[in-house]
Order: sequence, then structure tokens, then C-alpha cells
Amino acid sequence: MRSAVIVFPGSNCDRDLAVAIRDVTGREPAMVWHRETELPADIGLIALPGGFSYGDYLRSGAMAARSPIMRAIADAAGRGVPVLGICNGFQVLTEAGLLPGALMRNAGLSFVCRDVSLTVETSQSIFTNRYSAGEGIRIPVAHHDGNYQADAATLDRLEGEGRVAFRYAEEVNGSARSIAGVINETGNVLGMMPHPERLMETAQGGTDGRRLFEGLLEAVA
Amino acid sequence: MKTRVYVTLKGGVLDPQGKAIHHALEGLGFSGVNDVRAGKLIELDLEDGVAEADIDAMCRKLLANTVIENYRIERGS
Repeated sequence: MRSAVIVFPGSNCDRDLAVAIRDVTGREPAMVWHRETELPADIGLIALPGGFSYGDYLRSGAMAARSPIMRAIADAAGRGVPVLGICNGFQVLTEAGLLPGALMRNAGLSFVCRDVSLTVETSQSIFTNRYSAGEGIRIPVAHHDGNYQADAATLDRLEGEGRVAFRYAEEVNGSARSIAGVINETGNVLGMMPHPERLMETAQGGTDGRRLFEGLLEAVA
Repeated sequence: MKTRVYVTLKGGVLDPQGKAIHHALEGLGFSGVNDVRAGKLIELDLEDGVAEADIDAMCRKLLANTVIENYRIERGS
């Protein structure tokens, strides 16, 4: 099973994400430049990193979502390959239509860069099976556009179908219903604003993020 | 030919930037401003013969995010 980390111009968490995946899988992920049109043949996990692709021009993630590699990612996602988008990666996935909703400017207008408390909303997903539903965890965020918005019907559907993966347990950015991470209809695409790849070992202040990667690896192995 | 695309937030969508501008206007002593909404103006210089449908597709596929935004096309002469 190969993993791939997609690299856009302006990505800046791609190396952290690659280290996290390598730590857990024992294998170096392929670093795939956004101009590529194909993913590794035996692709088993696709990760879209944080950063500021295209300098957040037009809208965060808007230009990256129209990159050549996104067609291959949409195809793979359609075949059930797990896709994880963190921070800018989440913005790219919503802009690409692989996840519902949109991420707008933080309600307070400030860039928010700190540890935040989250509640894990479901353990019934390939991404959250190592957590307990209702569990509180702390994970860093670092974003300007993390204010998740969707129409009420979409929000109701996400909640009703157990597709809200994480919620903020404190006020962070004005997100509708405090949503911090959502899963697609078929359960194989997760987008989240917090950075689990920054909490992989105790030297980083905790391992609350590591379980996401471990659970995911177990699910796809 | 110049064509302008106006991108605005949909009605129910909270506009934090518009709110901040509103507060700043009040801070400068301007009264009578009920609300402020901030949007984008995108100017396209198009070759003659680009169809209306193509401009509409540009808006839907890239220029506006129709989850949260509306757009209006103003064709130049």
C-alpha cells in the first residue's frame, strides 16, 4: 500500500504530514506535485496538507482544487481510497466538491494559532476508530479561514448521518454548529481544520493526533 | 471586450469582513449605515465571441463558490 502527500505551491505542512505517515506506516509516502496527473498505482491513502496554496488567492483552496492532480484524487476517492485533508487540505476538498460546505474567514477575523479542545463526535469511521465518541482531545489549529458553513439542510444531514467527525469544544472561528471536521457520504474522505500531524509524539506535547493515523492505517491495511 | 463579474456572499451567510468594515465606519463617525457586505469584482478582458454560457461556466467552476456566493455578470460593450 502506497501513501501519497499532495504538494501544492504554498503547501507548508507537507513534510510534517509525510513524517507522520512514515512514522505510522513505516514507509515513505510519495510526494506528488500538483501538476502530476497520476497517483501511484497501488495508492491506499491520499493526504492533502496544510499551508497556503496559491497564497489563498481568490478563496483558500480554490486554485489548488482545480490542479491537474485533483482529477486523479476524485477518481481514487470514488473508488473508496481514503483521502485526508488537513487545514488547507480541508479547504481544497470543499472547493473541489469532495466534501460539502465551505470554509470562510474566521468570525473574529484573526488568524487563530493555538491548541484547541475538540470533541470526537463519532468513533464509527476509518479516521476516528481509535477514539471514543464524546472523547475530549486537544489539537493545534493554525488558520485564517476555518469558519465552516453550509446550509441548514446540509448540516442536518451531516449530523444525522454521523458525518461530523470533530467539533470544537470552545469558540474558535465561528463554525456552524462548531464543526471542526466532516466526512463524506461514503465515509472515505475526511476534512478537518486541526492538525493531528503536529501531535505524534510526547516531545510535541501529546499524541492525540497519532491515533488518527494509527486507526487509519489499521483500517486500510 | 471587458466583462465584469461581481461575486457577493449569499443573503444568509455571515460576513465577518463586512461587519468589521461597518464597525470601522461607525468608529469614524459615519452614522446611518445599516449593514455592510463585502464582495469581489473580477474584470475579464475577453475576445469577441466568447459565449455567455462560457462566462457563466467560468463563474460556476472557479470565480464564485456557489455554496456561499452569488455572482452577476455585466458584459461590456
